[in-house]
Amino acid sequence: MNLGTRKILDNSFTAVGMGSIVVMALALLVVLTPIVYNGVGAVFFTGTIEHRTMLYKEYGRGDSKTIEAQSATADRYRGEAYRMLSGFEAEMEGMTPEASREYRSKYAPVRAAMSSLLGPLPGDPQPMLTRFQYGQTRWEKAEEKLHDILYEKKWDYSDPTVMAKEFYVPRAEAFAGTKLAPLFGYVDKHLADMMQPQFTFYWGFFTDRSLDAHIFGGIWPEIQGTFFLAIGAMLFAFPLGVIAAVYFTEYAKEGFFTSILRSANSTLAGVPSIVFGLFGLAFFINTMKVSESKSVLAGSLTLAIMILPTIIRAAEEAILSVPKTYKEASLGLGSTKWNTIATVILPAALPGIITGGIISLGRAAGETAPIIFTAAVSVGSAIGIADVFSSPTPALSWNIYNLASEHEMASEIRHVQYGMVLSLVSIVLLLNLSAILLRAKISQKLKG
Amino acid sequence: MQMTAEHKESKATGPATATRDIYIPSERVAVSGGGTPHVVAKDFSIYYGDFEAVKKVNAEILSKYVTAIIGPSGCGKSTFLRAINRMNDLIPSCHTSGILQFDGEDIYGKLTDEVLLRKKIGMVFQKPNPFPKSIFDNIAYGPRLHGMTDKKQLEEIVERSLRKAALWDEVSDRLERNALGLSGGQQQRLCVARTLAVEPEILLLDEPTSALDPKATAKIEDLIQELRGSYTIMIVTHNMQQASRVSDYTMFFYEGVLVEYAQTAQLFTNPKDRMTEDYITGRFS
Repeated sequence: MNLGTRKILDNSFTAVGMGSIVVMALALLVVLTPIVYNGVGAVFFTGTIEHRTMLYKEYGRGDSKTIEAQSATADRYRGEAYRMLSGFEAEMEGMTPEASREYRSKYAPVRAAMSSLLGPLPGDPQPMLTRFQYGQTRWEKAEEKLHDILYEKKWDYSDPTVMAKEFYVPRAEAFAGTKLAPLFGYVDKHLADMMQPQFTFYWGFFTDRSLDAHIFGGIWPEIQGTFFLAIGAMLFAFPLGVIAAVYFTEYAKEGFFTSILRSANSTLAGVPSIVFGLFGLAFFINTMKVSESKSVLAGSLTLAIMILPTIIRAAEEAILSVPKTYKEASLGLGSTKWNTIATVILPAALPGIITGGIISLGRAAGETAPIIFTAAVSVGSAIGIADVFSSPTPALSWNIYNLASEHEMASEIRHVQYGMVLSLVSIVLLLNLSAILLRAKISQKLKG
Repeated sequence: MQMTAEHKESKATGPATATRDIYIPSERVAVSGGGTPHVVAKDFSIYYGDFEAVKKVNAEILSKYVTAIIGPSGCGKSTFLRAINRMNDLIPSCHTSGILQFDGEDIYGKLTDEVLLRKKIGMVFQKPNPFPKSIFDNIAYGPRLHGMTDKKQLEEIVERSLRKAALWDEVSDRLERNALGLSGGQQQRLCVARTLAVEPEILLLDEPTSALDPKATAKIEDLIQELRGSYTIMIVTHNMQQASRVSDYTMFFYEGVLVEYAQTAQLFTNPKDRMTEDYITGRFS
C-alpha cells in the first residue's frame, strides 16, 4: 500500500471516529436536556399561593403571616369571581326550565375548571382526596387551567377522510348577556392576583413523603427505597462475588467443571432482567418464603443474583491484573496461600474490585424489572430499617414507570416523573463518580 | 563423608551421562562453621509436562557458601533454583522426580510443609517486587505473618534487616513511605531485607541484578559479600564476571544437565569440561 492510500485511509478512519463520537454526544444531549430541564423544574418552579398553603397545612412548613397575608389578597380577587359564579347560579334559577338546562350543561365544565384552578369553591363540601382540597400549586398548570376556563375544546369532523381536528371556542360567547359573561375577562386579567405566583425552591421534593399518590409532596420514600434495595443487593452480592472470583482465579483447577462454571457465569450475565424478576418471585418468595409477599429483602436478593456475574467478572479481572511477582514474593516469605490472598492480592486488586462493585450498585439502583414482582409498590410511605424483611417499598425506577403509565393523573404530574428520573440519573452518576474517585485514591496509595 | 564414598562408587560403575555423579567440590574455601551439605540433589529431575527441563542433577550445596549457577538461557538454572523452595509449585504442569533434600529432609516429600520450607529458604526475584505498602510494612510482612505483633520487636527486626541489607542509612527517615517510590536498586535491596527479616537459612537469588544499573548491581554484589558466611546463598546469574566475583562455587548448567560444578576459581580458570570452557570463553551463550 503506498503512502497516499495509507494517508487517505488513516484520515477517513479518523473522520468516521470523530463523526460517531459527535453523534453520540448529540444523542446524549437530546436525551439529557429535557430530563435535566424538566427535572430541575420539580424543585425550582413558580409556585402559587395554593402550594404555600398546602405546604403549611400538610407539612407545617412556611411563614404563617406571609401566607395569610397573601391568601387574604388572593381571596379578595377570588371573591369577585365567586360572586360572579353565585350570581349566575341565582340567575339560572329564574330562567325557563329549557334555558336553565341548556346553561347548566355549559356551566358545569366552567365550574369544574374554576374549582380545579382555585380549590373547592365556597359552599362545596370538603373533598375527601387531598388532590381536590387545593387549587393549582404550579403557575404553568394554573395557566393551563385558565385556558380550560376560557375555551371549550371541540372536534372538527367535517372531513371524513382525515382524523378529527380539535379546535377551541371561547366560552364567553355562549354566556353572552348573562351575569357570567364578565367572569372570563376577569379571570384572564386577574389570574396572577388570584394565584400569587412566586419563585419557589422546593427542596422538600427530595425529603418529603408523597401526598395522595405524588399529586403533592416529594419522593423521599422512593429515594430511600432505592438505596435500601441497592445496598441490600450489594450486601449479598459483593462478598459472594469476591469470594467466587478468588475461587476462580486462585483455587479452581482448569478443567471441565471450571469451564462449565465460567460459562454459566457468563450466561447469567446475559439473562434479561425480567427473568430475574420472575425467578425472584418464584424462588425467594414462593419457594424459600423469605417473606410473606413482596419485601425489600426479596428484592435485594433478586438484584444480588442479577449483579453477581458482573461483580465476579470485575473482581476476577482485578485479581488477574495483580502482578504475579507480588504473589511470588509473599509465598517466598513463607506465607500461606490464603494469607497471600488476604494481605497482598486482594488489597492490590481493591481498586478494580471496588469499581466493579460500585458500577453494579448503580445498575441495581436503576433496574426495574427484577423488583416489579419482588419488592416494589407504587404508592407507599418510607419504611423503617426494621421493616426491610417484611415490607415492600416504593423505588425510583419502578415509580418512574408507574407514574408515567399507570397513574390516573399522569399528565398532571409530569414534573414529579422528571424529578424522579433526574434523581435516579444523578444517583447513578454520583455512584459512578465516587467509584472513579475512590479508585484513583486507592491506586495513588498503592503507587506511593 | 558418606556421600563422597557413594559418589566414587557410582562414578566407577554407572555411565557418566545417564546418571551424573554427586558433585562435591574437593577443595574447600574457609568459611567458619560452613561446609556441610545443606541442599542435596540425587537424580533430581524437573519436568514441565513431558519436557524434562532439569535432568538428573546430583549435587550438594554447601552451607554458608555462595554458590553461583550459570548457563545459557533456557538451560534450567532458574528452574533448579526455584525448585529448592518449591516456587515451581505455582506452575500447574511442573512436577519432579528423584530426591531433593534440605537439611536431610525431603523437599518434595508428602509430609513436607512448603510454607515452613519457604520460611527457611528465602528468595529474591529477578525483578524487584516490593509490595505496594510502606517500607516498614514490607519488611514487617514476613515476621507479622509468622505471628509477631509486638511493635517494638518489629521495629527492631525492620532496622536490623535494613542494616543487613545496607539500606538503613538511605531509608531510615522515610519508613512510612510507599516502597514503590524507591529506586530499582533500593527496591531490590529492600527485597533482600524483607527476605532476611524472616531469618531464613538459605537465600536464593534469581538473577537479582539483571534489572539493575551497574551502580546498583555493585551494591547488591557488596551485599552478597557481606552476607556470605551468615547464610547459604545460591545465585543464578547471566553475568559470568558476577559469578566469578561473588561466588565460592559455581555450577554450570547446559540443556538441563549439570555439566560442571567446582570451586569458582577453578571452574573459570581450568574448566574440566569442554562445554564449560566454550561457554565461559564466550563461544556460545
